[in-house]
Amino acid sequence: MGELVFIRRLLLIGSLLWLIMLPAYATGESEYKLARERLIELIEQDVRETSEYINKTQLDQRVMDAMASVPRHEFVPERQRVSAYDNRPLAIGHGQTISQPYMVAVMTDLIKPEPGDRVLEIGTGSGYQAAVLAQLVDKVFSIEIIDPLGRAAERLFQKLGYNNIISRIGDGYYGWKEQAPFDAIVVTAAASHVPPPLIEQLKPGGHMVIPVGSRFLTQQLMLVTKDEKGQITTRQVLPVAFVPLTGEH
Amino acid sequence: MDDQLAAQSSPSVPVYSIALLSASAIAYEILLVRLFSIIQWHHYAYMVISLALMGYGASGTFLAFTSKKLLSRFQLALTANIILFAVAAFACFLVAQSIPFNPDEMGFDADQWIYLVAMYLVLAIPFFFAANAIGLSLAYTRSQLAQVYAADLMGAGVGSLAVVLLLFFVFPLPALQLLVILGLLSAFVASWETGFRRSLVGFMVLLLSATVVVSGKWIEITPSPYKDLEQSLRITGSHVIAEHSSPMGLISVVDSPVVPFRHAPGLSVSATAKIPQQRGVYIDGNGPLVINRNSGGQAEPDFMNHMTSALPYHVADHRRILLPASGTGTDIRQALLLSHAEVTAVEINPQIIAMMQGDYRDYSGGLYSNPRVRVINAEIRGFLQGSEETYDLINIPLMDSFNVSSTGLLSLSEDYMFTVETIALYLQRLNPDGMLAINRWIRMPPRDMFKILGTVVEVLEKQGVHDIHERLAIIRGWQTSILIVKNGVITEKERENIRQFAEQQSFDLVYLPGMHEAEANRFNMLAQPYYYQAAVKLLGPSRQQFIDNYKFNLQPATNDQPYFFNFFKWSSLPEILELHGRGGVPLIDTGYLVIVATLIQAVLVGGLLVLLPLYFLRRRSSRKDKKIGAGRVFVYFSALGVAFLLIEIAFIQKLTLFLHHPLYAIAVSLASFLLFAGLGSQWSRRFVSNQSRSPALLPAGMVIVLCMIYLAGLDFVFAQLIHYPDVIRIVFSVVMVAPLAFFMGMPFPLGMTSLSEHAEEWLPWAWGINGCASVVSAILATLIAIHYGFSTVILAGAALYAISALTFPVIIAEE
Repeated sequence: MGELVFIRRLLLIGSLLWLIMLPAYATGESEYKLARERLIELIEQDVRETSEYINKTQLDQRVMDAMASVPRHEFVPERQRVSAYDNRPLAIGHGQTISQPYMVAVMTDLIKPEPGDRVLEIGTGSGYQAAVLAQLVDKVFSIEIIDPLGRAAERLFQKLGYNNIISRIGDGYYGWKEQAPFDAIVVTAAASHVPPPLIEQLKPGGHMVIPVGSRFLTQQLMLVTKDEKGQITTRQVLPVAFVPLTGEH
Repeated sequence: MDDQLAAQSSPSVPVYSIALLSASAIAYEILLVRLFSIIQWHHYAYMVISLALMGYGASGTFLAFTSKKLLSRFQLALTANIILFAVAAFACFLVAQSIPFNPDEMGFDADQWIYLVAMYLVLAIPFFFAANAIGLSLAYTRSQLAQVYAADLMGAGVGSLAVVLLLFFVFPLPALQLLVILGLLSAFVASWETGFRRSLVGFMVLLLSATVVVSGKWIEITPSPYKDLEQSLRITGSHVIAEHSSPMGLISVVDSPVVPFRHAPGLSVSATAKIPQQRGVYIDGNGPLVINRNSGGQAEPDFMNHMTSALPYHVADHRRILLPASGTGTDIRQALLLSHAEVTAVEINPQIIAMMQGDYRDYSGGLYSNPRVRVINAEIRGFLQGSEETYDLINIPLMDSFNVSSTGLLSLSEDYMFTVETIALYLQRLNPDGMLAINRWIRMPPRDMFKILGTVVEVLEKQGVHDIHERLAIIRGWQTSILIVKNGVITEKERENIRQFAEQQSFDLVYLPGMHEAEANRFNMLAQPYYYQAAVKLLGPSRQQFIDNYKFNLQPATNDQPYFFNFFKWSSLPEILELHGRGGVPLIDTGYLVIVATLIQAVLVGGLLVLLPLYFLRRRSSRKDKKIGAGRVFVYFSALGVAFLLIEIAFIQKLTLFLHHPLYAIAVSLASFLLFAGLGSQWSRRFVSNQSRSPALLPAGMVIVLCMIYLAGLDFVFAQLIHYPDVIRIVFSVVMVAPLAFFMGMPFPLGMTSLSEHAEEWLPWAWGINGCASVVSAILATLIAIHYGFSTVILAGAALYAISALTFPVIIAEE
């Protein structure tokens, strides 16, 4: 008798859990759009709170529009789709990740993309950052070192009609000499140093952005700027509103 | 009950099988830390395995309910549990390593917490079975209980030493197979000792051993895909060309012919010099360190001249250079190229030296065999303390990889490289006008270099140096920084050299005597010149105020609190947690929180495991007269469980300072503690007949007295013996540990014997309490040490022995 009650309770709890989980799985395009809008609001709020570090209270509206239009769920593995619009990095297989949307937005804004720009991306990954850039600039050249990832991204760009993304599989260290110079360069995986060929292929007045940290946790963003005379400076951007000193200073 | 009495009328004491089982269980525990350091990261390995040891506590709970039944078929129960231990040791490792746990995602992904719990539940299973076998034997043998406990401790002592030795010759996975077979063998010995179906057990053991051996062909270690080595192996053409294993780590050498390594941390953004071919070296999958290929021609400008670490070579000429932690020779190469000095390279890992002098000698251009280089295989503090030699430059490299450093993984690792005492030692070994250079990664927000600077200033102040601000210089690139401390005032010419080098390489001045704020923060810009501002504060009268107000822990590390890499401050946690999801996760130095989380879980799980049987035992025996109160049993056995490990762990640390080499220290102290405690257990029976009220009084009193004597005098004695050879120091360590451990081994079997005689229903419960308390204790020791130092850990241990002496489980009726 007691066992029967126990089994019935278990079934009830199971059904309730299923009902709670159901909406998360039954996500259609309209739900994705809604989720994207919520994500944009979150990013805007985060930007306001980190304004001291990124020197602005809001990102370029064009960047935010691009973020709002790129279907991030297409760039994550099937099982991760339910989390596609969470403001968090996600695993995409092969030990690689797709960055936190907030980081993608800040990185994209930092390179000040213009409609006529040619941008080089080192580390295509699943292709999300390239897709965001493709909305904002004339051409995106993207290089991926891991073969299966590069091929998958290439197929996805075709499927989604990103015709202004030109991608290839190879070693990003030497950049893409035939297509250089570039108005901006986005390096999505940190190296032990800034590759000199990339600095060379950056146009005077151009920007390069590099996230520093582990695969999932971006510690800081490094913005490399080449001025009109070719002089290089870097700026460390802490993408979080944290002042390490309290009290008298 | 009659069966049980019948069985106990001719007890055959399974001492050899228990010793063998204990040896393989402790060896398994040590090996698991090794294996999971390769698969995961060291501090998660530590947490998972600490909690898995709760299997011991769970066994106490299990036996509290089942011991009567199991004791009636003791031979079968013993043999079966040992076999189950061995099988589970193998199977549970394979299951646990396949769980896709990724600590980096814990801040975002609830599943990771489930994986984590699953990992230690799975790994608790083998320890559960091992503890069942030992606990049952203790309960079964009653009057000879102390003998079984002695076998348990001595077996563990031998096992801990044997596995360390074994790991010098065997890779971790075959070592696991050997331990499993050893476990199976102890099942056979148990059947022999107890006369239980020897042929059948023998056949089973043979069959299972053969299965373990044959399955070796199909099993392999599968590290997390986010480990540095796994990441580099994703790259086309990249492959492991050699592996060397020792208890100090698994060294993997990687060649990547298609996409070269080009590892040059701290390289100037204005550098154009080519990076030579390199081979990547990973230790436990972390890295890389690199071996630079010797190009032959040294006329062309070298990339190593464009790194922050090249600064000391641009400030002055050095004739004698000391390189602590010389690793794969990158810093030796830099010293040879950029100076004409004689170089002393100190490296702790003999396998790296052998590798560099053997297989990679030609590739590296004979760095480790160069006539200008003297190679010393030692731990740096030991080397410095044992030698009076002085140097013009001591250049401490980056050592840890950036990823390990950036995620705060080291925060609970003891590290003596940057303690107040070690920095003082480096400075003592400088010639007049000599320089100490310390290289560190740059982390945002800044912390490492601030703590180093604070430590150096404290040391110089203690030495009575008044012109500290005239002796220091710091520069930084975007990723690395270097501090120079001169044994004298930095001259005008040297300042000019530093300015020039920084300007040429686009590095920023952080601090230089007489510099202005406008000179800081020019090339690698931060929102404000934080580094300069902090340096001014740390060199000024408000140093302590700055340290107190900073949101990361900048308090200098000492030999008693050797946690340089612990930057965590509780006061900052609420703010960081609020920033969670808004880029705030990397601000947390996870190592410290991991240990706190481990302790909380251990206390909760342990509490449950202890309370659960208490509730039922009370109900079951409510009608009987209680001879010994539950409170007394609980306090006595938990105090003992906690105290034993607090003292053991604290003395391992003291011996690390004395023996220098952490591996020697752990092996020597663990083995001697367990062996002599085993002897103590065996001798404990002599005390039982002599005293009735609290037989634990004498041993506990002796432990307390010895702890006090050691606390008062050990540092002095160590200082006198520090120059003696390793062997003498090891022998002294064993002699020092022997009496302490001998007395520490007595109270537990005395208490258990008392229970077996007067209140046997508590026996399994006490066994469980001891298991749970041991787990809590190991974690507690680190936390106490972080906050109050290792001396306090010893004091706390001694205080608990005092408590145990006062709460010995004697018969209330006789009181």
